[in-house]
Amino acid sequence: MAIWADKNTRVIVQGITGREGTFHAIQCREYGTQMVGGVTPGKGGTTHEGFAVFNSVREAREKAGANCSLIFVPPPFAADAVMEAADAGIELIICITEGIPVNDMIRAHDFLKKSNARAIQSGATPSRLIGPNCPGIITPGEAKIGIMPGHIHRPGPIGIVSRSGTLTYEAVGQTRTMGQSTAVGIGGDPLPGTNFIDCLAAFQNDPATEAIIMIGEIGGSAEEEAAAFVKANVTKPVVAFIAGQTAPPGRRMGHAGAIISGGKGTASEKMAALKAAGIHVVEAPSEMGAKVAEVWKGR
Amino acid sequence: MKVHEYQAKEILRRYGVPTPRGIVVDNPEDARAAAKELGGRVVVKAQIHAGGRGKGGGVKLAKDPDEAVELAKKIIGMTLVTHQTGPEGRIVGKVLIEEALNIDKELYLGITLDRRIGMPVVMASKQGGMEIEEVAERDPSAIHREPIDSVLGTLPFQARAVANALGLTGDSYKKCVDFVQKLMRCYIEMDASLAEINPLLVTKEGDVLALDCKMNFDDNALFRHKDVAEMRDLKEEDALEVEASQFGLNYIKLDGNVGCMVNGAGLAMATMDIIKLAGGQPANFLDVGGGASAEQVRNAFRIILSDANVKAILINIFGGIMRCDRIAEGVVSASREVGLPVPVVVRLEGTNVELGKEILAKSGLPLITADGMWDAAQKVVAAAQGK
Repeated sequence: MAIWADKNTRVIVQGITGREGTFHAIQCREYGTQMVGGVTPGKGGTTHEGFAVFNSVREAREKAGANCSLIFVPPPFAADAVMEAADAGIELIICITEGIPVNDMIRAHDFLKKSNARAIQSGATPSRLIGPNCPGIITPGEAKIGIMPGHIHRPGPIGIVSRSGTLTYEAVGQTRTMGQSTAVGIGGDPLPGTNFIDCLAAFQNDPATEAIIMIGEIGGSAEEEAAAFVKANVTKPVVAFIAGQTAPPGRRMGHAGAIISGGKGTASEKMAALKAAGIHVVEAPSEMGAKVAEVWKGR
Repeated sequence: MKVHEYQAKEILRRYGVPTPRGIVVDNPEDARAAAKELGGRVVVKAQIHAGGRGKGGGVKLAKDPDEAVELAKKIIGMTLVTHQTGPEGRIVGKVLIEEALNIDKELYLGITLDRRIGMPVVMASKQGGMEIEEVAERDPSAIHREPIDSVLGTLPFQARAVANALGLTGDSYKKCVDFVQKLMRCYIEMDASLAEINPLLVTKEGDVLALDCKMNFDDNALFRHKDVAEMRDLKEEDALEVEASQFGLNYIKLDGNVGCMVNGAGLAMATMDIIKLAGGQPANFLDVGGGASAEQVRNAFRIILSDANVKAILINIFGGIMRCDRIAEGVVSASREVGLPVPVVVRLEGTNVELGKEILAKSGLPLITADGMWDAAQKVVAAAQGK
């Protein structure tokens, strides 16, 4: 067991003939993920690096049985790619692309909401979007659907959810001896498809996950909302780190969503909210692994 | 991206949002003609990318064109310090000369993204001229919030709700309803991330105008707004940050003395945090991106070392797809080329980390290697203190 991605997930890559798409499709296949093809409009019917190429996501789903799509389409076209995947009934949509305009994502979320309502009405599975601007999702030993280095992961009991890519790898590195159930990068954009609460709820219900690391950062109020959710619904131990304790207000720290605006969204507010919810907050990013080991053993 | 007030008003006028008549000038003599054309009695407003200009002495009323010239002389070239500029202030390059109007009421109207619900929200308050954050702190009930579905646009009843909340009646009520709808259309179509009208002016004649306007734009959408992208004023930005962005480096200068070079935005923030916890002060945020090629490392070294405060550098790279041995080679070749005027601590983790460490050790360069982030932070802070 794990959350959302496992050895049965059948993945296509949207933008498979691009440089990034090609490279990571091969990496995912080498990890053992079931990569069943890719989509590049106009290049359908051809083969690229051993992958069957389709003209549309619908065609890829019908002919290759895909239920997951990994998106590497450039920013101006990425929201359209997300909507196409949802329309084709893809259950898990992972958007790696960084730099999508906020207005495009507002439209994509709106589309997803409506297409998911139709799916539920007709008894189909609704689509889950992870990202954009994220490293993807990995269930060690089963499926790597994203750009993370697969070999640093080990199967185990720690669930990881994070707004940052390399900081997720840092947490994975620190939990090497315990291993991870699933690690999800929800991305650094202001409007993520999947948020902390979605992941925390899934980890709480996942028998393979015994303790959780959540990595937040400055900007927005997702961590505060997650804190309230944990207090009411999560019985498994949660360790949290918030990046940006030293970030100056009003500046965008790399990620589009990482900005303290109007004095709101600071690390100290978030850390206080998480602590008040009974979450084990570490001040130093180097302490995530040791702290989760401690609470996991003592659970 | 930020733009100046006069540029934001130019954009508002395209959408029919009423603004006072104004002319932007960059030398005092032009202020005379501008003031004459605008009716003699004008306001002279410093154009910098920061709020609080009035309190800092950057906004003045002139009773006639002569006084407008005098004021323009004082303001153009002055270093304007406001609570948003920091103590170093900003040099004023241009002033906006605007007709002076008969003020009846000063209100507040702003639009920004509400991340929690994923919709733009109109914020309205009767307390114009005050900062909205301050109003939110003191009396949140004084702010009316109207979330707008950006696919549908502002519905008429929503615009009416805003005008009602602002306590307007009669002619100015109707004008406000129109104002709100046009402003929202502008915000959505121009991919703005902030449109703040503070104050929103109601004149004695009942007109509703944007007396001041601050607009920020979504950097990710500038590809479809070339005209807005061209409004970027590099003089308002830190020269080093501008240079870094040309190399694809995400660099933000801070006040400390420990430089850092990291791959990934989250890890870069976390690295700054751990430097602080180890007793030091970060000199910068710097994300070299996922790749961290030799060329990127070289450029990053140059940018970090241009800051004279830097006494030591911490390189913290988690090698994923990019292997640590490649990164180590990049660090070594860049170090040889740049020379190392300050101690450099390197922490590598991830793919081929042992090979990477070996390359660093065999290089003969005075690079200090570290295991883990805490060890690295302690070593670099000690090095910056000359220990």
